[in-house]
Amino acid sequence: MSFSTLKLSLILCGLSLMLRYQRWRHEAFRQRLSERNFTAQIMTRDEEIGRWFEFKNGNIRSGFGLHPAPDCKLMFKNATIGAGLLMPPIDWLRQINAQKDFVLSVDGPEDLTNWFAQTVMMSQSAGLKIGTRMEDGSMRYCNMTNGGPVFIYVKDGKVVRMTPIDLAEDDGASWTIDAKGVKLTPPRKTTLAPHGQNAKSIIYSPDRLLYPMKRVDFDPNGARNPQNRGKSGYVRISWDEAIKIVTDEIKRQKREHGPGAIATSHGSHHTWGNVGYYLSALFRFANAIGMTRVHHNPDSWEGWYWGAVHHWGYTLRVGQSETYGTVEDCLQNCDLIVSWAADPESTSGSYGAQEGTVRRQWLKDPKLAIKVVHIDPYFNATAQFLPGKWFAPRPTTSVAMAMAIAYVWVKEGLYHKEYVATHTVGFDKWKAYLLGEDDGVPKTPEWQEKETGVPARDVRALARDWGKKRVYLAPGGWGNGHGGACRNQTGIQWARVMVCLSAMQGLGKPGCNMGNLQWGCPLDFNFYFPGYSEGGMSGDLENTAMPVELYQRMPQLPTMNSNAQTIPRIWMPEAITEGKAEGYRWIGKSIEHQFQKFGYPAPGSSPVHMLYKYGGSILSTMNNTNRWVKMYQSSNLEFVVNQSIWFEGEAKFADIILPACTNFERTDISEWAGLGGYGHHGQQQLNHRVIVFQAQAIEPLGESKSDFWIFNEICKPLGLANYFSEGCNELDWVKRIYLASDLPKVISWRTLLKRGYYVVPAEKEKLRAPVSFRWFWENRKKDVPEAQPLPSDYTEEYLRGLQTQSGKLEFDCNSLKRVNDPERPPIVKYQPAEDGIHSPDFARHPLQMLTPHSKYSFHTQGDGKDSFLLNIEDHRVNVEGYYYWIMRLNADDAAERGIKKHDLVKVHNDRGAVICAALPTQRLPRGVCHGYESSAVYDPMGEPGKSVDRGGCLNLLTPHKSQTKSTHALAGANALVQVELWDRRIEHMSETFAAMEKDSEIKRSLKEARLVPAK
Amino acid sequence: MKKWNMIVDVAECTNCNLCTLATMDEYVGNDWPGYSKPMQKHGHKWINILQKERGQVTGQSPMIDIAYVPTMCNQCDDAPCIAKSGGAIKKRDDGIVLIDPVQAHGRKDLVDACPYGHIWWNEEHRVPQAYNFDAHLIDQGWQQTRGHQSCPTGAMRAIYIEDENMQRMALDEGLEVMRPELKTKPRVYYRNLWRYAKCFIGGSVSAEANGIVDCVEGATVRLLRNGLLVDEATSDNYGDFKFDKLDENSGAYVIEIEAAGRAKKTVEAKLGVSVNLGEIRL
Repeated sequence: MSFSTLKLSLILCGLSLMLRYQRWRHEAFRQRLSERNFTAQIMTRDEEIGRWFEFKNGNIRSGFGLHPAPDCKLMFKNATIGAGLLMPPIDWLRQINAQKDFVLSVDGPEDLTNWFAQTVMMSQSAGLKIGTRMEDGSMRYCNMTNGGPVFIYVKDGKVVRMTPIDLAEDDGASWTIDAKGVKLTPPRKTTLAPHGQNAKSIIYSPDRLLYPMKRVDFDPNGARNPQNRGKSGYVRISWDEAIKIVTDEIKRQKREHGPGAIATSHGSHHTWGNVGYYLSALFRFANAIGMTRVHHNPDSWEGWYWGAVHHWGYTLRVGQSETYGTVEDCLQNCDLIVSWAADPESTSGSYGAQEGTVRRQWLKDPKLAIKVVHIDPYFNATAQFLPGKWFAPRPTTSVAMAMAIAYVWVKEGLYHKEYVATHTVGFDKWKAYLLGEDDGVPKTPEWQEKETGVPARDVRALARDWGKKRVYLAPGGWGNGHGGACRNQTGIQWARVMVCLSAMQGLGKPGCNMGNLQWGCPLDFNFYFPGYSEGGMSGDLENTAMPVELYQRMPQLPTMNSNAQTIPRIWMPEAITEGKAEGYRWIGKSIEHQFQKFGYPAPGSSPVHMLYKYGGSILSTMNNTNRWVKMYQSSNLEFVVNQSIWFEGEAKFADIILPACTNFERTDISEWAGLGGYGHHGQQQLNHRVIVFQAQAIEPLGESKSDFWIFNEICKPLGLANYFSEGCNELDWVKRIYLASDLPKVISWRTLLKRGYYVVPAEKEKLRAPVSFRWFWENRKKDVPEAQPLPSDYTEEYLRGLQTQSGKLEFDCNSLKRVNDPERPPIVKYQPAEDGIHSPDFARHPLQMLTPHSKYSFHTQGDGKDSFLLNIEDHRVNVEGYYYWIMRLNADDAAERGIKKHDLVKVHNDRGAVICAALPTQRLPRGVCHGYESSAVYDPMGEPGKSVDRGGCLNLLTPHKSQTKSTHALAGANALVQVELWDRRIEHMSETFAAMEKDSEIKRSLKEARLVPAK
Repeated sequence: MKKWNMIVDVAECTNCNLCTLATMDEYVGNDWPGYSKPMQKHGHKWINILQKERGQVTGQSPMIDIAYVPTMCNQCDDAPCIAKSGGAIKKRDDGIVLIDPVQAHGRKDLVDACPYGHIWWNEEHRVPQAYNFDAHLIDQGWQQTRGHQSCPTGAMRAIYIEDENMQRMALDEGLEVMRPELKTKPRVYYRNLWRYAKCFIGGSVSAEANGIVDCVEGATVRLLRNGLLVDEATSDNYGDFKFDKLDENSGAYVIEIEAAGRAKKTVEAKLGVSVNLGEIRL
């Protein structure tokens, strides 16, 4: 016996001892072993050595040599390779290479080989001590919500409470900023967003899906009745039946229709965690199956991606700027913050909980001498918190206000002429436009007043104040873009003009930058932990940020989608119902990628006939969403499966529903606000970097399962389970992410599991990241810690200059000169919105409705579900026993309509009608009303598409056209509506369904007239 | 001896509702024997955030602010509810008022005993309930309430100090209690309550020159009542001025505006609630 064979036989013997020991020691492992009766063989392919393992009724027998009739085999090419691969600790790169080189293989039924591999892996982690035992006998675990980390206390298998984390003395140190003689340091605790603190109520929601279900009138082998989706009820089925129906259908779709027939669609967010995230497990699964992708529009970036990039680049931040060091610079050097369509107190920097709140609170200290002004049609939560002048332009018009500010600067010499001369190009052309030299219309404060309703004198006063001060311009919730006005019909113009204003005032000069203290904290950015967009276990190098760093650090099998077809998301209903759609790419590699047009169907691909839908948010997050109702009822969709945690939204339009559990019922690992990719160093918005081992706190409710488990089970009949899981369990993937990060240098695996979290100490003052754009201001090489733009995208010299063709801030954009797009001219010009005061529809629908992101829920997360949030009167209000969504409108507009507080009103236009509870207010000027988008509840009172919705889905009413013809950009943050007291009628025909009925009427009459040739 | 008090800063409350959510998290679905039956999932507001919008959008010139006031059981030292309860509601040595969930069973009458409306009837458990300062956590050694812990701005702070120190602090820092005329001796104190309870008169001064209307900065604005000077302000760069902390329904005022090179202008205002006079052209 050679040394290798001896070594391998010893390892295999050790494995059998390990399995038996863990069986003896741990009940959970005993239970696992009782799941299957079979014999597995581990052997070398040359049959030189082997060991068999017999699993029977929960017992294990094992013997040396080759079993005469094993049910499955795990084979190494030879003993040297086998010994190398099995010798702990596991070397993942070696494992992956062994599979790629075909020296490690499995043989046998997928279910058995996968079960065996996962059981072997499980034997290593069985009995690990997770969580901290408290004095009262409860266990304390950690987890991560979309709104911050939590301690989660569990007793008798039930969640008792969730709290933010008060940092311990031995947790990583905090930072201190010295500004104008004031020492500023954040409190030693984490914060939660309201939807984070709400989490317990959505775990135990009565709307949880607790078992797989089938639509009552769906028969996969008979009548499928797609027209009844959204109307019919459901019956409980077993997991076996559900998996069989789904996998049979996947095979049938491929067999009968060919590649492209199956599409997958997910929301823009998911429950937190790097393994269970949609960019992780779902992408690996979808790539393994082969699916038509639904190509997302750049959601909250929109105007920045399609507009701002042409002025300054930053495509790898989707058009938003770098933000390093801005908290310190702002506090030390800035005189005035101009908050423009920005409400960080409501939007929490997306995932940043209330972390920015304490920093903005510092602005109230008169010693800092920083004033704030707010420009937003709604007197938003940030304006409420930080006193300052409020400007209330009509929605979609503040582009004109910005131009008038620039006009005043030009006329009165209040801009940085030297900077404009040395750091920008094309100013003269834009200046001529401002002065009206090319179109005869000077963009004066008086000119803008007609558009915006903001008094000219106020705009002039702001322009003069701004022109004399050091100003942080804060557009959008992140302070450097994101959300706000970039999502309406003039969003591209708005983002563009924001960059132009910054360029005129010396972007990068001390005190002159973009930001509102939401991003830019002085943390340690050299400590690596992957962001969620780095793709976790997806293996997807094309559609996640994995190639940047995670792929090298966490070797895994790459996954590639064999389907070339993609659907532009905002046109998905048209793609399905009309069979064609066109869109433009959201790819951050360069400015020019956005000009790539793509069409559906892709040449040679099958049209989509099956939809694998993940979650149910679309009806309230896309626009004019009765189109989706129509799509779901189309016979072109032969099969719809929805994998969801709650029975809401689109889940009610599925044929088969697969119940997923929440992140509190599975295991995962993550960093708070760790975005990666397009949100590189998203932790900048936190006061402390917090990395969390997301312990499974309770058993999944009912028969709900983790997404990982569901995908793995579906993969089994398709022979893909070992490819999907790499033989690992979720906890093994969590450990692989831990090993890929810098955590092992500072905290052991066992300590992390027990303690639950790790705080990365703040960076030493001397090592803090430099201030963004300071390098540009000082004509130095770029020195902030972001590897973007791509090296090839510099013009003169690597790291010198911006991503634009000139390397400078471009008023006259070179990248737009090469395309002839009348809606996006090379200089930014004001073009009024289609749905605005100039619209022909304005007479019938005279209110401009704003639909920003909600203050309390996170998109659909946290809303509905009988959650705690329903008790917040500014979120929903109970009228006659039903929790209605709030519609705010100017008190005089309300009085004119006879509307009082909490009256039920019908908010409507041709696209649909939504019943809301009215809230008359002075927070809006005349002619503007306000209701949050993203209600989780879609509740048509009659037939979907033909009746009023009382769930609050205001996106039923918003326009779905892209901002411009040559972009794929949401424009739905503003719509024209009428609001009136509800007359209690429930019928309301949407134009989508009216057109459908008209179509079928025409078809019927043609048929009756025998003008349609028989098939 | 030290006792518990709550200090709420109205100027720092953002209506984030984390205190109300944390309280629901603590009590809904949890039975704390000796302290509290589970809280109803809906319908109870043990912490109830009042709000007030002040000011208006007048013409095209908005001037408003909004105050939020978290209210709760005031943990009164002379609590009417205790007097009425016959022992079912107790004053603990540490100042906390606790409704005994067993002794108070069926005592719906106690709901009306609170002049602040902060006792809630739980129909399922047939027991009156109120915010009890998270007494079960305090007894486990917590140094803060759930609402205090979750508050991002420090607008809600539970403090444990001697009564005399609390009184001194209230005096020094101008802290107020709700409806002191009731003489219930609340232990919940408010800072900047004027943001909710008082009102303002504001406006924007402008002037025309060469066909252009501009804001007037530096105008002297005087507030008079019955011919007597109440306050004086200077308009800011937007021409804005604001006289605050005035009493609601305090009647007629006169505002005099003087700016260099302009004739004095006088405007009358009658205060019911806060009023934004809008643009005042000199």
